[in-house]
Amino acid sequence: MTNEPVILTHCLTKSYGAAEAVRALNLSVERNRITAFLGRNGAGKSTTIKMLLGMIRPTSGSGTLLGNQITDAEENRELRKRVAYVAEDKPLYGYMTVEQTIRFARSFYPDWRSDVEKKLLHDYELPLRRKVKALSKGMRTKLALLLAFARRPDLLILDEPSEGLDPVGIELLLQTLVVQAADGVSVFFSSHQIAEVERVADSVCILEKGCLLVDASLDHLRQSYRRIDLVLPTLVGEGEFLIPGVQRIQADGFHMSVFATNNAEAVVERAHGLNAISVEVSPVGLRDIFLETVREN
Amino acid sequence: MTKPSDTLYLYSDTANIMFFKPTPTTGQPLYLQLMQQIRHATETGVLQAGDQLPGIRTLAEELVVSPNTVAKAYCELEHDGVLELKQGSGAFVCANRRARSLAEQLPLARRRIRDLIERLRDDGLFDEEIRRAFEAELLYSAKIVKKR
Repeated sequence: MTNEPVILTHCLTKSYGAAEAVRALNLSVERNRITAFLGRNGAGKSTTIKMLLGMIRPTSGSGTLLGNQITDAEENRELRKRVAYVAEDKPLYGYMTVEQTIRFARSFYPDWRSDVEKKLLHDYELPLRRKVKALSKGMRTKLALLLAFARRPDLLILDEPSEGLDPVGIELLLQTLVVQAADGVSVFFSSHQIAEVERVADSVCILEKGCLLVDASLDHLRQSYRRIDLVLPTLVGEGEFLIPGVQRIQADGFHMSVFATNNAEAVVERAHGLNAISVEVSPVGLRDIFLETVREN
Repeated sequence: MTKPSDTLYLYSDTANIMFFKPTPTTGQPLYLQLMQQIRHATETGVLQAGDQLPGIRTLAEELVVSPNTVAKAYCELEHDGVLELKQGSGAFVCANRRARSLAEQLPLARRRIRDLIERLRDDGLFDEEIRRAFEAELLYSAKIVKKR
């Protein structure tokens, strides 16, 4: 197995008239990892995913999925055998029952795993004989997830997979996700639910207004992103804390708040050098990073 | 859904210890939190030399964390000499001299920290302030140690 990224885009752009939904996106998603794709509603997440799958054509730029060109019809057909996808709106045939839907989907995929199908049917408590149109939103989501999870793809792409699920359903979803990852499936899922992303993702990409603003591992975010609150004995210019890694400084009299994406120790050391009265270091959670990132833009 | 009986079954031939779900919101990578749990279990004797830990897939499912988190924790613990990873059969606890001496040192360290915290509280500091001061000092001294 190669170390080539499962998803790689170069300047991928999609415009609708004058509006740019996705702007010059350079995305690189690693194999054998769970990568979360975060962003507000309308940030361009679904548009990006649909371009990756060849469902809409990019205005410019290029990309590969598992090494296949996303805009090449022939390569696209090949890659669909190796990619499982759950769409945002979970399209299913309303006139079929749950059982019929599963039987129908199974017939398309040689990689179908009956044992997983049985386990998920049991876990998700899906009513086999009920028609899809009579399912609740949560059940509909679960059925759509089952159809993707029962396959054995190389890459799993999920667009807002937790939509409509209650906390128990979300827990089951996350559990299934990590088991898939343990089986060697690379997972790429979009979400605006910080709490679920924070628990299972290895990496996070934050998209805002069509631009990629953050692309980092969660270990790095947790270990390096810090807010350092200082109380200084004298008025000190913000320039004193312009250290590599410092992203933003807010000063209010003797109080200074420094947001660092790296190098927090250097900030603390500088503060001690300036005889700071108080130095407080606190971690910055993904929620704050997300809000900061989105606000700055 | 995973019922308690399933969990017992999964753990039947591995060390029977309770893992806690790591806290995603603290400023510490999840694999480090997991390492601390396992290290703590070996230092306190909950995990004994030769005990087998759950497989990566099993523990990832149990804790609902990425399997890479579990793999990294196991790998780092092997590097530290706490675990031994055997190809195909899993992770086992090593006989570890440092762990035993730590088991003796830790209660003393705890007492010292407790005394210090009491004094700081007497001085009128709030717990949150003490926590932050600790973290800042740990960061600061880490930097100095690195420089040496």
